[in-house]
Amino acid sequence: MLLSIELALILEKLALIVVVVMSSLLIAMYATFAERKVAAIMQDRRGPNRAGPFGILQPVADGLKLFFKEEIIPNLSSKFLFILGPCLAMLTAMMTGAVIPWGDKVHFFDRDIPLQIADINIGILYVFGVVSMGVYGIMIGSWASNNKFSLMGGLRAASQIISYELAMGISLIALLMTTGTLSLKEIVEQQQESWYSWNIIKQPLGFLIFLICAFAECNRTPFDLPEAENELIGGYHTEYSSMKLGFFLFAEYINMFLSSAVMVSLFFGGYDIPFLNDAAFAEKIGINWMALLHAGMFLLKAASFLFLFMWVRWTIPRFRYDQLMNLGWKVLIPLALINMLVTGAFILLQQNNWHF
Amino acid sequence: MRSLSKAQIITYMQALTNRAKQVERKPMTLLERAYLPAIFKGMAITFGHMFKKRPTINYPEVKRPFSPVFRGLHILNRDEEGRENCTACGLCAVACPAEAITMEAAERKAGEENLYREEKYAAKYEINMLRCIFCGLCEEACPKDAIYLSETFAPANFQRKGFIYGKDDLLIPNPITEPEAFAEARGNRAQVAR
Repeated sequence: MLLSIELALILEKLALIVVVVMSSLLIAMYATFAERKVAAIMQDRRGPNRAGPFGILQPVADGLKLFFKEEIIPNLSSKFLFILGPCLAMLTAMMTGAVIPWGDKVHFFDRDIPLQIADINIGILYVFGVVSMGVYGIMIGSWASNNKFSLMGGLRAASQIISYELAMGISLIALLMTTGTLSLKEIVEQQQESWYSWNIIKQPLGFLIFLICAFAECNRTPFDLPEAENELIGGYHTEYSSMKLGFFLFAEYINMFLSSAVMVSLFFGGYDIPFLNDAAFAEKIGINWMALLHAGMFLLKAASFLFLFMWVRWTIPRFRYDQLMNLGWKVLIPLALINMLVTGAFILLQQNNWHF
Repeated sequence: MRSLSKAQIITYMQALTNRAKQVERKPMTLLERAYLPAIFKGMAITFGHMFKKRPTINYPEVKRPFSPVFRGLHILNRDEEGRENCTACGLCAVACPAEAITMEAAERKAGEENLYREEKYAAKYEINMLRCIFCGLCEEACPKDAIYLSETFAPANFQRKGFIYGKDDLLIPNPITEPEAFAEARGNRAQVAR
């Protein structure tokens, strides 16, 4: 009896993992396409429209092209680490998806299956840990290339992520003081009431800082210094070719999608559908359909964040390195600290029934 | 000689236009240093561009219409009964400033009245498209309305000899046996030229 339950659990988690990994790969694939389309539309161009109707097969064509290209491993590179770099970048990019609640739950075979791979009680810390691991892929890959430009890119990535992780963490502390939990599932459930219970209302400044830091963590413009192509050739992936390059580029898009997902769960109510009484509506159409609606809403929110990422990329020029460091250390960290102090004072006042 | 300071040189120098402006060096205001308003302004501009009309023409599916005075590849014309107009008078070759046209004349035999309109015709008619400058003087010189420039241009080729167009390349399709091809090759330009 015990064994059968265990087996079912393993099967359901396995299915969930496959679905999440596959869908985030697919979304990342089409994010590359969307990126090119958005860029084109914002520059009054048409964008890729040759492969398939409206060019929707373009990502497939791009992937095939990368697969068929020659794999070049530089002679003087450290071969094991050279291959490990992109693998690590890809792996850490995929791992974040494990703690994100994609929907409430579905009901199949007399079992309630939560739409979250692992509801660990330190969910957001796990996300932080994995995201910081992401820089290892870039650093190892860039160092192993044995190329000065690559190394510069890797160093920039490392210092940038370390600088912005601090501000991100402090802005998050303020949020966690209001939620009182580290579990992403609980944070999302707290925001289910209505749109004004979303954390963005409680923590607007915290969200802004988190957003800016998320841009920096994903190495997106205006913080794309690690791969600044006009300064460092290609930055950390100068020496990479074929699918190893593809992995680096792909990891960026997966990172983008998953940090959008994290932002949605933390600040925008996760899978909550605004202006709708979810519980009453779920009674009407059944749990499974509701879960589908929830997941759709979640993806819609995440997609709008992806659009924001692209929109910013095609608007703002890259920071200079000293500007980047100034913004990180002299602006964002003090702001985040002030935000944390103000939030703490408010919570203390609230607990004291608004008496000083 | 007394040396001038930089400011003096600037005041002595005569400005060529009145558009020269002193570079502003005043420190940024707080709003400008906040950086975000400028970002939102820029993002509004890029967002606005999403609704602009795109000037691109999807080339192979949609073709840009030729101007009515466009001068493209030459066509040797036929009359309504499908007979060649050209009498190999050589006026086009004489008019050609690039000396791109050569021809050989021949006499029409009995029984060839359905092929050639007049007693003399061009047995060989060649235009070197690499020499041709598409000026259209041949068309103006022709007394028989036999040659005119169409709305296409010479496609790429791997060899020079591929650009020497003979009669089989230049001659318009027969209007009686292939009316559609004739109409297509004729285009709108023949009417304009007349």
